[in-house]
Amino acid sequence: MGMTMTQKILADHAGLNSVSAGQLIMARLDLVMGNDVTTPVAVREFEKIKAGRVFDKSKVAIVPDHFTPNKDIKSAEQCRCIREFARTFEIENYFEIGQMGIEHALIPEKGLVVPGDVVIGADSHTCTYGALGAFSTGVGSTDMAAAMATGEAWFKVPEAIKFILKGKLNEWVSGKDVILHIIGMIGVDGALYQSMEFTGDGLAGLSMDDRFTIANMAIEAGAKNGIFEVDEKTLEYEREHSTREYKVYKADEDAEYSRVIEIDLSIIKPTVAFPHLPENTRTIDEVGDIPIDQVVIGSCTNGRMEDLRAAAKVLKGRKVHPRVRTIIFPATQQIYLQALREGLLEIFIEAGAAVSTPTCGPCLGGHMGILARGERAVATTNRNFVGRMGHPESEVYLASPAVAAASAVTGKISSPKEVVG
Amino acid sequence: MIQGKAIKYGNNVDTDVIIPARYLNTSDPKELAAHCMEDLDKTFKDRVQEGDILVAGKNFGCGSSREHAPIAIKASGIGCIIAETFARIFYRNAINIGLPIMECPEAARDIEDGDRVSVDVSSGIIRNLTKNKVYQAEPFPPFMQEIMKADGLINYVKERMGSK
Repeated sequence: MGMTMTQKILADHAGLNSVSAGQLIMARLDLVMGNDVTTPVAVREFEKIKAGRVFDKSKVAIVPDHFTPNKDIKSAEQCRCIREFARTFEIENYFEIGQMGIEHALIPEKGLVVPGDVVIGADSHTCTYGALGAFSTGVGSTDMAAAMATGEAWFKVPEAIKFILKGKLNEWVSGKDVILHIIGMIGVDGALYQSMEFTGDGLAGLSMDDRFTIANMAIEAGAKNGIFEVDEKTLEYEREHSTREYKVYKADEDAEYSRVIEIDLSIIKPTVAFPHLPENTRTIDEVGDIPIDQVVIGSCTNGRMEDLRAAAKVLKGRKVHPRVRTIIFPATQQIYLQALREGLLEIFIEAGAAVSTPTCGPCLGGHMGILARGERAVATTNRNFVGRMGHPESEVYLASPAVAAASAVTGKISSPKEVVG
Repeated sequence: MIQGKAIKYGNNVDTDVIIPARYLNTSDPKELAAHCMEDLDKTFKDRVQEGDILVAGKNFGCGSSREHAPIAIKASGIGCIIAETFARIFYRNAINIGLPIMECPEAARDIEDGDRVSVDVSSGIIRNLTKNKVYQAEPFPPFMQEIMKADGLINYVKERMGSK
């Protein structure tokens, strides 16, 4: 019987000719990653193993991005713990403030993931790298610790849902709208324990940034991983970012899927997820009148160049609404610099938005944009759970950068078409 | 054998409400336990007693991969979690840190808040002592049982690395 893309990658990394859904395997890892919240726990567990060394200094990445630049003394202590660990074990891919970015934008940018890799990260949005045709999934700190010692991790081979993408996105519709549309359709546990495999003619029209956004939120449908078929765009991205050898895996013709879902990209409208689950989606024309207090544009989901360009297209020559605090955070230093060179930062600041150094801060209610009781935000982030961005009685509405920017201008959830015309 | 009263919640209990990110500047189990479930149920930390059983619906532990969530639950005294389904990262984390969990939709739906419940992890037998009912959970695959027998992944890895 044929295998899915994910199954083929896992089989190869487990040293097996074939695997099937449900099988438990031990797989070799190409990268193990963690951040300033999850790595301290991993360090504590790693010390218990008494391994004395990490399996490969070039295959561990540590990114202090969550509560950084350090938001308080306790966070500073956590960062010191991982910094010392990185020095002691000579971790090659430790990224200090000034070089760091939000991990899931930074790791691909640094060329640390290539097609065919198996990656685990102690962060749920590690599934982002599936955009590159790698198997990549989030785990906890103990898994990270064990993997740093052994270079392996156990997996239950997942079955997959195949998404066949067709057609082309309309103006003001992006990868964020595609993934919100899909989560609205299948629910927050619609892909539980499974892979989401993206293929079809429609892929050609999706940029790498769109694909990163879509793969990033696979976890929000409960998926183990999201994975894109590799095409010329993926290879072009790799040529620009990495010199490592890669391997392209294609699903077998007779691979079995638990479901096959066709998505016509041309009918997707700008989509917003209402509190308090990413599956509570409505298209922009169904939103109604929702006044807001804050807009956050950025995060591992939507802090890349195209996201900032879309926001700038809306904000150029306009002012944000006086009652809306607008915070924009480019996801990496490289993106920050590029946005500076393209004049985007000037557009944002002229519009009355605050521009921040890269951090995960507001997305998870850490710092840099916490909501008070009863406040509402439109955010380009990935979760709108109770209390996610601050007070348990605050609300987060998930949307694309274009919708978020339009909402910043009008003071209520709005379509970019309405604002730009 | 684990025995205690059931504390019951609904579907899609996410790790942000199990332990809000504002407390993730520490990984101390006691500090985390002091805020466990805070954004979902402020009465939890006063109600919970050693050996109590957490019962929930579908997709328990969805969202962030923070291991602080199962650590907080374990440190608050919960002996076992029974749910219809678990989100996969939470499922791994619980097994890896030696917090017993059971997937049993029938028990998860039938047990009510406050029921006395006993759980035998090795056989997968769940007893509702209040309603006088017995449920059978899927037993864990042998590989995961080995991890649990070693009291978590770290000991399991230590044993394997030691024998190499």
